Amino acid sequence: MTLFFAILFYLAFAILIAGLAYKIYDFARTPAPLSIPTTPAPTTRPGVAFRMAREVVLFESLFKGNLWIWLFGWMFHMGLFLVLVRHLRYFVADVPAWLLFVQPFGKYAGFMMVAGLGGLWARRFLVERIRYISTPSDHLWLAMLLVIGLTGLGMTFLMHTDIVAVKAFFLGLMSFDIQALPAHPGLFIHLLLVALLMILFPFSKLLHAPGVFFSPTRNQADNPRETRHLAPWAAQIEKN
Amino acid sequence: MAAPEFEIPKFREFPTVPAMVPGAMAHSKPYVANEKIQEALGFQGKLDEDWQVTHDKVIGKFGELLGKYRSLKVFMDSCVHCGSCTDKCHYFIGTNDPKNMPVARQELMRSIYRRYFTLPGKIAPKLVGARDLTKEVLDEWFSYFWQCSECRRCSVFCPYGIDTAEVTMAARHILDSVGYGQKYSNEILGKVNKIGNNLGLPGPALEDTLLGLEEDVKDDTGVDVKYPLDVQGAEVLLVTPSADFFAEPHIESLIGYGKVFHAAGISWTLSSYASEAGNFGLFNGDYNMMRKVAMRIREQALELGVKRIVVGECGHAWRVAYAFWNTLTGLGAGGDDPFAVELQKQLDPKYKQPSHICEFTWDLIQQGRLKFDKEANDSRIITFHDSCNVARASRMGDYAGGQFDIPRNIIKAVANKFVDMDEATIRETTFCCGGGGGVLTDDLLELRVKGAFPRMEALQHVVDKHGVNFMATICAICKAQFTKVLPYYGFNMRLVGGVHQLVSTAIRLGDEQ
Repeated sequence: MTLFFAILFYLAFAILIAGLAYKIYDFARTPAPLSIPTTPAPTTRPGVAFRMAREVVLFESLFKGNLWIWLFGWMFHMGLFLVLVRHLRYFVADVPAWLLFVQPFGKYAGFMMVAGLGGLWARRFLVERIRYISTPSDHLWLAMLLVIGLTGLGMTFLMHTDIVAVKAFFLGLMSFDIQALPAHPGLFIHLLLVALLMILFPFSKLLHAPGVFFSPTRNQADNPRETRHLAPWAAQIEKN
Repeated sequence: MAAPEFEIPKFREFPTVPAMVPGAMAHSKPYVANEKIQEALGFQGKLDEDWQVTHDKVIGKFGELLGKYRSLKVFMDSCVHCGSCTDKCHYFIGTNDPKNMPVARQELMRSIYRRYFTLPGKIAPKLVGARDLTKEVLDEWFSYFWQCSECRRCSVFCPYGIDTAEVTMAARHILDSVGYGQKYSNEILGKVNKIGNNLGLPGPALEDTLLGLEEDVKDDTGVDVKYPLDVQGAEVLLVTPSADFFAEPHIESLIGYGKVFHAAGISWTLSSYASEAGNFGLFNGDYNMMRKVAMRIREQALELGVKRIVVGECGHAWRVAYAFWNTLTGLGAGGDDPFAVELQKQLDPKYKQPSHICEFTWDLIQQGRLKFDKEANDSRIITFHDSCNVARASRMGDYAGGQFDIPRNIIKAVANKFVDMDEATIRETTFCCGGGGGVLTDDLLELRVKGAFPRMEALQHVVDKHGVNFMATICAICKAQFTKVLPYYGFNMRLVGGVHQLVSTAIRLGDEQ
């Protein structure tokens, strides 16, 4: 099992990084040939950075759109963020003070994450419009994240695993010195699904994470009278 | 008015989201452009006989657009089906057809994207909602991408800023390229390319119209207000939607622009060659087409030697002028081809280029150069309908949101009675009139009537509560659309008019003493 997970995580990590790097490169190289911010929009770059920060941290547009989706979505993402930060301790030998400090927050954020996911999934069944637009993969993503969250909470609060050994396994992976992974069904499911998530990330709707930063309606400053937005292919037309 | 062959939506007591009626608008289709119309624009005349050929061309064009437009690429990848946009489209609210939910409209295209351009869609299409491109899919595109007015309301509420307008434009661009164009829009593009305006009014007809207008204004006010055409060396070139030349109530605003120039003593001219501010190239998402239409204005500005370019009351025209002209033609700052450099030397850098007529008028009001008899508008209780392209795709003045304040400021400067409609239906969350984005044609009348529903509902509210009897707007399409659909909801068609129609009523021309 240890070897299986070791190979799986090397593979998953490689696919995640290479896949995301390619997608980000692909977004970045594709020109935005016209100025299309959704207005009213900031007129300066710092203004755009502030708008983007509100979008990414507070989900401002979603807040305007639907309070329930905002509430569940924000709970899930913020919960996930804190949980991920908490997990950093498995990847650093000496845990710094700030990371120790956030541990309890990360611990209980797991509940917020799971509650958010539950709410989002319930909406896919209960709200007619959202049921209509949901694909099987939308349900599977929620199921997968929910199981990851629940197995994580289970290991934190009910069926503990040897986290010292888990940490040794991941530190070992990072230094190419493979250490035994504790045999724990909850842990196996947890890690298997996390690896699967990493592999699927660059091919799925999870691309909304890098996508939002490249969204022209949000990342462009409203300055078209002062600045031209000439794409290379459009400049070519002018030469003809 | 003949009885309609469809049901007109009933006003709701509470603004609940309508229950879905799948397929409710599946029958809605505009007329297909014939070969002559298509070929005049350089598009394929009609669909290929062999479906496989069309299929390959569609996928090929789709791939090309994905490489050219970051918006399309990012939007195809980023949607998570959260549902925030599902109840935001006026066409969904008015028709109950779930394919008029913005996300569902995008899925018509995204399902094809997934199948042909992503790994999961190639391996497990059913799982991720991918499907093969068939003739039925293409027909569905033709139906539902012509049920979008590209108003961008959905993009306001999307956590990733996904703008269905961009998706619709791409779909229409592909349809045009394989010989499946829409008659109304492409016929108009043909006219503007050939004659210079969407209505196909030739220069002499325009001249007659303007002379007639001068006589009317003289009879009305006793003042010689001029409506000049092709005047070399005028300070301002006014480019306005051609509907302003003859349609009601549009012409009332044209009269108003002339009075503003007259009262301020600023020389101006219209152009017969560039007699159209509208640019239907936008609706079809065709950069080349849009650029070609915009170039006429740059050429005329150079030819006439004007110092300023001002755009009349038109929503999508202002989007193209404000947000795209500089990029398309170098009209503004930063263009480096010889013509653009010449034009920039000629234009007066003290002013924003181009300016909206409302920016122009409001500047003059602030400088104290215009005087009004506000009481002249006292018979009117006025509200203002924000036009989508002005509200969500452009700006006026120096700060974000100036596009909302400046027209309202003008109204309040020329009239005493003004009330706004429900906050959720104005400013950045304004509802489209239902006729924008290339659907202002009688073959889509059902769509237009139903699409106007949310606006009509908000209007009814202020009519009941405040006795509103004038809905001002700054868009030629809004004016034409409302004139047509207001009666379906029991309103007088004369309830809609332009902001400069109000200016026209109250302005003191200065030389009557």
